[in-house]
Amino acid sequence: MTDAYIFDAVRTPRGKGKKDGSLHSVTPVNLMAGLLLDLQQRHQLDTSAIDDVVLGCVEPVMEQGADIARTAVLMADYAQTCAGSVVSRFCASGLEAVNVAAAKVKAGEAQMTIGGGVECMSRVPMGAGGGAYYTDPSVTNKLSFVPQGISADLIATLHGFSRTDVDAYAIESQRRAKHAWDNGYFDRSVMPVRDQFGLTLLAHDELMRPEATLDSLATLKPSFEQHGGLGFDAIAQQIYPQVERINHVHHAGNSSGIVDGAAAVLIGTKEMGLALGLTPRARIRAAASVGSEPTIMLTGPAPSARKALKNAGMQASDIDLWELNEAFASVVLLFMKEMNIDHSKINVNGGAIAMGHPLGATGAMILGTVLDELERRDARTALINLCVGGGMGTATIIERV
Amino acid sequence: MTIFTHEIDDQGLAVLTWNDPNGPVNSLAQSAVVALGEALDGLLANDAVKGIVLTSGKSDFVVGANLKEIQTMPQNAETVLGFVRSLHTIMRRMEQGGKPVVAAMNGTALGGGMEVALACHHRIAADNPKAVFGFPEVNLGLLPGGGGTQRLARMLGVQAAMPWLLQATQAKAKEAKAAGLINEVVAADELIGAAKQWLLANPNACVQPWDEKKFRLPGGEVQSAKVAQVFMGAEAMLRKKTMGNYRAPQLILQALFEGCQVPFDLALDIEARYFTELLLSDQAKAMIRTFFVALQDANKLKNRPKDIEKKQFKKIGILGAGMMGAGIAYSSAMSGMDVVLLDSTQESADKGKAYSDTLLKKRVARGKMTTEKAETTLARIVATTDYNDLTGCELVIEAVFEDRTIKADVTAKAEAVLAEDAIFASNTSTLPITGLAEASQRPAQFIGLHFFSPVDKMPLVEIIMGEKTSQHTLAWALDYVQQLKKTPITVNDSRGFYTSRVFKTYVLEGMALLKEGVAPSLIENAGKLAGMPVGPLALSDEVSLELMDRIGRQTQNDLGDAYVSHPADSVVQTMVHELQRIGKKSGLGFYDYPADPQGKKALWSGLADHFPVASEQPDIDTVMQRLLYAQAVETLHCVAEGVITRAHETDIGSIFGWGFAPHTGGVISFIETMEGMDTFIANADRLAANVGARYQVPQLLRDKAAAGESFYG
Repeated sequence: MTDAYIFDAVRTPRGKGKKDGSLHSVTPVNLMAGLLLDLQQRHQLDTSAIDDVVLGCVEPVMEQGADIARTAVLMADYAQTCAGSVVSRFCASGLEAVNVAAAKVKAGEAQMTIGGGVECMSRVPMGAGGGAYYTDPSVTNKLSFVPQGISADLIATLHGFSRTDVDAYAIESQRRAKHAWDNGYFDRSVMPVRDQFGLTLLAHDELMRPEATLDSLATLKPSFEQHGGLGFDAIAQQIYPQVERINHVHHAGNSSGIVDGAAAVLIGTKEMGLALGLTPRARIRAAASVGSEPTIMLTGPAPSARKALKNAGMQASDIDLWELNEAFASVVLLFMKEMNIDHSKINVNGGAIAMGHPLGATGAMILGTVLDELERRDARTALINLCVGGGMGTATIIERV
Repeated sequence: MTIFTHEIDDQGLAVLTWNDPNGPVNSLAQSAVVALGEALDGLLANDAVKGIVLTSGKSDFVVGANLKEIQTMPQNAETVLGFVRSLHTIMRRMEQGGKPVVAAMNGTALGGGMEVALACHHRIAADNPKAVFGFPEVNLGLLPGGGGTQRLARMLGVQAAMPWLLQATQAKAKEAKAAGLINEVVAADELIGAAKQWLLANPNACVQPWDEKKFRLPGGEVQSAKVAQVFMGAEAMLRKKTMGNYRAPQLILQALFEGCQVPFDLALDIEARYFTELLLSDQAKAMIRTFFVALQDANKLKNRPKDIEKKQFKKIGILGAGMMGAGIAYSSAMSGMDVVLLDSTQESADKGKAYSDTLLKKRVARGKMTTEKAETTLARIVATTDYNDLTGCELVIEAVFEDRTIKADVTAKAEAVLAEDAIFASNTSTLPITGLAEASQRPAQFIGLHFFSPVDKMPLVEIIMGEKTSQHTLAWALDYVQQLKKTPITVNDSRGFYTSRVFKTYVLEGMALLKEGVAPSLIENAGKLAGMPVGPLALSDEVSLELMDRIGRQTQNDLGDAYVSHPADSVVQTMVHELQRIGKKSGLGFYDYPADPQGKKALWSGLADHFPVASEQPDIDTVMQRLLYAQAVETLHCVAEGVITRAHETDIGSIFGWGFAPHTGGVISFIETMEGMDTFIANADRLAANVGARYQVPQLLRDKAAAGESFYG
């Protein structure tokens, strides 16, 4: 099989996902098209060489609907021959898109692709697409569905993570993100979003709260206690009857932020890269997705990581840096515990708790972040991983070349 | 005689009267459904008829389906679906027949009766204080299968329809009108006139909203963000309330979700399929048998000894004005009886009467009673210390301390002033009646009336026959319980009778599991998941471990060598005597109880030090099975020993006495219908081999299973 190489990875800054967010005036298709254009210009890409653009998008409805990948390709003035498609694996959609794009390359279906994602959560809110998964009583009953926050709190309850544990993790994420921004670690890959005059709308991640302290976080009320009381705690306990009561520890300060953002990763064969004058930065060694128990929902990262390692013929000790999406603090704490990973090796430049989680884009974004960091440290391998709705995990291993 | 008759007036308005000669009420029996279709067809085809008033010749409008008849149909999907679809077809002809039809509801319309009304173009109810409206199907494991889920949701919106369907909310005429269930409420004697008036004013109102092209679901379409949220929340609330044990409310939600997204006729078919699924289920069979057939039989005193004249109690006496005595006094006064509430001090007697005062004031505050009525009710209770005040009491119930000597003393004092034919009852929950009757001069007139606490809320009374208790006394005791509007079951004398004896096995098994190292949270959740209202450890705390200890030691003393020890005995011993954790009343039991009444109890963190949690935990199904089987096997022993004889009453007693999982239809229903006798025996044998001899089933069950006999005769 052909190897799939990463030639570049770019992202937009993340705008606050509300009406007063700096990217709220930018339509999803323009946000994505702008990023595609930035990528093209930075390499003077001949876009007729790009076979396909695969984008993650969790709410592919309204203005994110109707195959936004193809729409963005055309709006970015890419060659008409460049195709586009959208995939959803909930929160791992951006990484899944990268994996699909890479798989096309490996399979010989494509020579040069872009994998990425887009989600303007301020404009197409979470849940906008509905779904049997959340609403159809025959489904919610059989699957014992609970909202993710309840699942995250259930993880904390089962594993004894206290409110202080999760808050301390959040503070560290904020500290690391600020440190990375202050030292320019993200400069290479963040493409400021501009208006039609070229004036910058946003050049940095907008949501960060580096001033947060354990004391300030302690004042925040648990976000999912009310939902839990409505009946979701009871459902969680029906599946986990060893739990006397759910300890609600997550809140806005230790969960991923709601933001607008997009990401794109340029993936292809070594030969096509050479032909286009591109230098490969890394190789995609392996990827894997797994299903896990759906009520607790967020325990897929460890099994998906193990499966990806197995697919790559690697050990956990072969991985230099780990990147696990900070959907909720307890998810990362559990992963570190299960995989025996030191905190100094995971999410080293912060994560979604500090900078936000634009659902469909995040997977591709954090892949780019950790690639930059591998280069900065001159390290070799990284495993990128996300917990996923419905009880899944998706992981990708990259290796610098 | 025909079920339907009609008159057509000179304005072309037909009054179609439903008056089923085959019974005291109108129901959707097959014969009635066919007759309704024929009657409607005749009127719709008659050019002289401009509009139709549908009313009833009974005191109620229509009370619903004929469940007994439905259960005699061949129990297969084709037959049941065929019947339901035929009903839908008739209702659709009524809706789409081109003539306005108005329901003139002179009285109660429930279930299928309400569904017929919804299929009319307009609903007018008489202002009849006795009439109620609603859909009780869910309580019997069913859903409204006559288009009720679909029409109601299209009338009120999905969210507003839910409580009527899921909680079987029932309303009087005016509330039902306010909720949009019916359109008008008029004086009873103006009912037909008002219905005709509406027909004259609305000659073209013969199209239902859901048959209009522009119809939109009120309150939002199913896939709208708002209604989608409603479904998500409704499922969560349902799971919290039912632990996922009840199929009917679940399928009601599904019928609403799926039905409200498709055209109406297709929606009816979705409903019909879910109705059929439920009707054919063991759960509905079990629930119909217990909550419809058995409960009605018990409340109507089907098994009351015949040939004994009905007794209407006017004056009763109660000895002991504690919690139980005070509660019995309240319930009796509420049922119109004069009550003499006697205690050893006037202060105690007054305190017992004050209990009624508090409850009555609450009723007045909630608008459920007038001040005058409350005052009259309270005045019926005379608090006294004087036995002479018992003169004229037709029944005296003692509810004094559980001590044979004290009971003997009050029995003698009361009998001294009672009339020849008066009967005497003991409210003991633990002491055998035959023994207590020895203190009586007339043991044939001595009986046990075991009330449950709190008396004003608990619907069951366990009547205990002593060896010498006469059938006459039993008949009167049943009459008294019926007068209280409570449900009686009759049992024979034995230690703990039926309910207390079996109830105990649930809490004891919880403690045995704890002793074995099962995590307490797992035990508690297993109890609730199995359908019990409270976990066994929490229940132990509520009953009080101290009381269990006292009763346990009393039993050991009484039985001597015959006493069969239970692994839980040592748990009670440890809790009470070593740890001084005697239960909820002291704030310390298996749980810690916060001083703040709003605070939540939490399992005591020190429990694991005394009952170490094993590293290997059983799966939840095993724990649930042990908790239910412990009760089921003990019940079988009660049956085998003749303590309780009728399966219907055994089921009712288990649910209303100690809260045995209602979704099973009760404990015998659990064994025979839900588990099946063969499966039950196999599981119990395995538990007997692996856990303990207390799971050994009596030979009676093996004999019945081998003979293919039913407990229900």
